[in-house]
Amino acid sequence: MSLSAGWYLGLAALVFTIGAIGLLVRRNVLIMFMCIELMLNAANLTFVTFARVLNDIGGQALVFFVLVVAAAEVVVGLGIVVTNFRRRSTTVADDLHSLKD
Amino acid sequence: MLHLSLAVASTRPTWPDILVFAASAAVVLVGAVGVVTSRNPVHAALSLVMTLFGVAVLFIEQEADFLAAVQIIVYAGAIVVLFLFVIMFLGVDRREDVEVEPLAGQRPLAFIMLGITLAGIIAMLATAHWVTGAHQVVGPIEGPINKTAGAPSGEVAQLGKQLFTTYLFAFEATAALLVIAVVGAVVLARRPAVSEQAEREQAAQADRDAVERGVSR
Repeated sequence: MSLSAGWYLGLAALVFTIGAIGLLVRRNVLIMFMCIELMLNAANLTFVTFARVLNDIGGQALVFFVLVVAAAEVVVGLGIVVTNFRRRSTTVADDLHSLKD
Repeated sequence: MLHLSLAVASTRPTWPDILVFAASAAVVLVGAVGVVTSRNPVHAALSLVMTLFGVAVLFIEQEADFLAAVQIIVYAGAIVVLFLFVIMFLGVDRREDVEVEPLAGQRPLAFIMLGITLAGIIAMLATAHWVTGAHQVVGPIEGPINKTAGAPSGEVAQLGKQLFTTYLFAFEATAALLVIAVVGAVVLARRPAVSEQAEREQAAQADRDAVERGVSR
């Protein structure tokens, strides 16, 4: 029997917070993307923990779909990053302010 | 410390479980902090691999073997490689100055707000009695033991069964989503037609110049 669910949920909360801090603090679009992946992983860990505790396979099925959506999101997002880099030669979010000017 | 009064999970954990959890939690946290703090995007991507591996170990610890394998294959094998490919393709793997703070006061504000969020979640974990009564909406992790028919009853079999029965529509929708994502990525990453035309004109001009030089010679 593995540890009680509180440990896993606490760890997931920590990882989610670290990812959110990175998303707010970092300026590089690629690293902001990686922080989104961290937050998705924290949510996945929570799903798997509740699947175990409630003995319900539905949580694991949901994690499967989160993985698929994350893969699709990264593919499209990195495509946008590459296109943007071609036009403006930067991946820093602060430099993408053409709408402001 | 943290405790959660849920219906199950009352048996005491054994030493190996505690050790595995502690080690993989340390790996996960070190990797997560590495993603946020490293200046070089390549180092951040490698720290992300570390975190994903730790989470995969935690999945195995919680009877989610299939998801652990998929986590390693899809995340560490595909997504992080895609990240590294784009980082090196764009040549942005130089160090970034993380000390500069362009938006004054944004960083402390972010830390304060997320500290409050984390404190809220931890407080909720420590005090809440999450007895919802909603046990097994979909089905148990381990299926019924059916030795006579020889049918598999493990967690992987259950997950596959649910994916192709309860979640069949969502499963088919993810297929459509992936196709759309691939088409979108190709459209986005294609060079625009204007530059192709410009390149062709340039090549034609170069040809004409070569012909003229040949004539003058």
